[in-house]
Amino acid sequence: MLDTAKRPLVQVRNLKMYFPIFSGLLRRHSGDVKAVDNVSFDIFEGETLGLVGESGCGKSTVGRALLRLYTPTAGNVVIDGDDVATLSAEALRQKRPTMQMVFQDPQASLNPRMTVAAIIGEPLDEHSGLPTAEKLERVYTLMDQVGLNRRFANRYPHEFSGGQRQRIGIARALALNPKFIVCDEPIAALDVSIQAQVVNLLEDLQDRLGLTYLFISHDLSMVRHIADRVAVMYLGQIAEISPRDDLYADPLHPYAEALLSAVPEPDPNREGRRTRIILKGDVPSPANPPKGCNFCTRCPKVMPICHDLEPVLTEARPGRFVACHLVTPPQTTRAG
Amino acid sequence: MTDATQSQKPRSQWFAVWHQFRQHKGAMAALILLGALVFFVLIGPLLWRIDPNFIEPNTVKMFKLRNNPPSFDHPLGTDQLGRDILARMMFGGRISLAVGLVAMLVAIFIGTTIGVLAGYFRRADGLLMRFTDLFLALPLLPLLLVMMMLFSEMVASVLGPRLGTFLLIVLAIGVTSWMQSARVVRGEVLALKEREFVLAARSIGTPNRRIILRHILPNVLSPVLVAATLGIAAAIITESVLSFLGLGFPPDFPTWGRLLYDGIDSIRTYPERVVWPGLAISLTVLSVNYIGDGLRDALDPRIRGR
Repeated sequence: MLDTAKRPLVQVRNLKMYFPIFSGLLRRHSGDVKAVDNVSFDIFEGETLGLVGESGCGKSTVGRALLRLYTPTAGNVVIDGDDVATLSAEALRQKRPTMQMVFQDPQASLNPRMTVAAIIGEPLDEHSGLPTAEKLERVYTLMDQVGLNRRFANRYPHEFSGGQRQRIGIARALALNPKFIVCDEPIAALDVSIQAQVVNLLEDLQDRLGLTYLFISHDLSMVRHIADRVAVMYLGQIAEISPRDDLYADPLHPYAEALLSAVPEPDPNREGRRTRIILKGDVPSPANPPKGCNFCTRCPKVMPICHDLEPVLTEARPGRFVACHLVTPPQTTRAG
Repeated sequence: MTDATQSQKPRSQWFAVWHQFRQHKGAMAALILLGALVFFVLIGPLLWRIDPNFIEPNTVKMFKLRNNPPSFDHPLGTDQLGRDILARMMFGGRISLAVGLVAMLVAIFIGTTIGVLAGYFRRADGLLMRFTDLFLALPLLPLLLVMMMLFSEMVASVLGPRLGTFLLIVLAIGVTSWMQSARVVRGEVLALKEREFVLAARSIGTPNRRIILRHILPNVLSPVLVAATLGIAAAIITESVLSFLGLGFPPDFPTWGRLLYDGIDSIRTYPERVVWPGLAISLTVLSVNYIGDGLRDALDPRIRGR
């Protein structure tokens, strides 16, 4: 991977997304759920960054904060030259065509009272100002691109299968020729047989249109298939970002190691030799994360320093960033 | 597919809606019934040319005309002053239908607007819903009476007695009956705006007003239609209460509600006088309910075509 030669399309710096907790009789602001806490990463043009982690670790929140569907508490999200986190409402609207999103639940992400043509055409209505005939032509082109029959244009979402609905969602995301697409668990709600179709479609579109993806998923084997680099999240923070092959061969962060040890192996010989690392305990509440390293309460390789000092994401090997005292001892962490 | 290029143009969905509406037998019957009622009150007086307020000046003749049973001259009989009940039913229906329809529209408009704003914009929620609670807590009938008493002469002097009273009644009923629909709509909107298709619209860059018009409003249609159909009935009855208390239309001015209350005095001797206006009100409400039911089904693409 010649990452340094490529231009970063998305640069996320110190992104924080806190959801306030109000409690008591006066609804006083008593704390925050730190869904995303100080996350920084780059996504290079044309690559797919996989974002994995367990439920509730803040994957989807990162995706939504990136497109400013939530207004971030702090931090910068520079997409193609503009800081999305601070753009004014109208400038943000103008910026929307460059960044789009494919949602998790294709049933919920399509308005049940709109036809397929109206759903795919909505971004065109908002941004292109094309005359009706040309708009229809563009909708048909998009339907061809995602493999939907043109005759389905008048149908409603409930008349489609899950995979077809997800194709409608993908066509809608493609309508404005975006550069960057956040795929928020696009395959989680689909049958296994359909998952491959949708993932292959996404890869195919990436090749043809030069798209950049942030692929959020908890399906580690699917991420291995589609991603170029993978970021592992735990409790609102990034534990490790590495090129895919390096990560799957040799995870550096203990959490990444534990997570990857849970992936079943198709080869029965190797499956027999697979040793699972079973983590003890539960994920701490993001409203009250532990002092020091977020993972220190469950880490099998915990050291005394982990309870005091928060590790910083540093480049441990070329192209591999890890936030762990074990990999980058604290002295270098402070310097970096 | 070879026929992929010959796909049809996206049709207007109103065609599909009408097609589905016709499948609903109850709704079609109700539409015909309501059409007949509207025909009865609009075209009827042109054919049945008896003045509903005509009282025979000759006292002897007038006494002979009082409380007559149905006959060829007076198909529904006459009332205690010898006025033709059929003519009074026709004229009364005009007012009652108009009041019911317009008051319902006013109430639904206010209720939906407040409900959508409160549900969609979190900052407006507290204020608007407390405002709604305030209206719910008010004793409505005294409020209506005070409104009518304070403003009826003022409005009547500007717009004339008939139009003035009509507008005042319609507005007064509308302004005092929007709260239920506001609450129902707010609840629906709160659930809807968290759905992913609203998020998707926002990620496209659709402005709030178009998200509301395109995604929220069509999806809150069912509860609004139910509230609307019930609202018509309530408005007709409220109007009759006002007229009964002497603060609605003038006493000699027939409306269905008025006729109903006039008939109550003689319900033991002449029960048909209560039956006719009561039947008309019930049929109107019933047909509106069925039409609302059919419309709701026809507007929902998940039910349509099944």
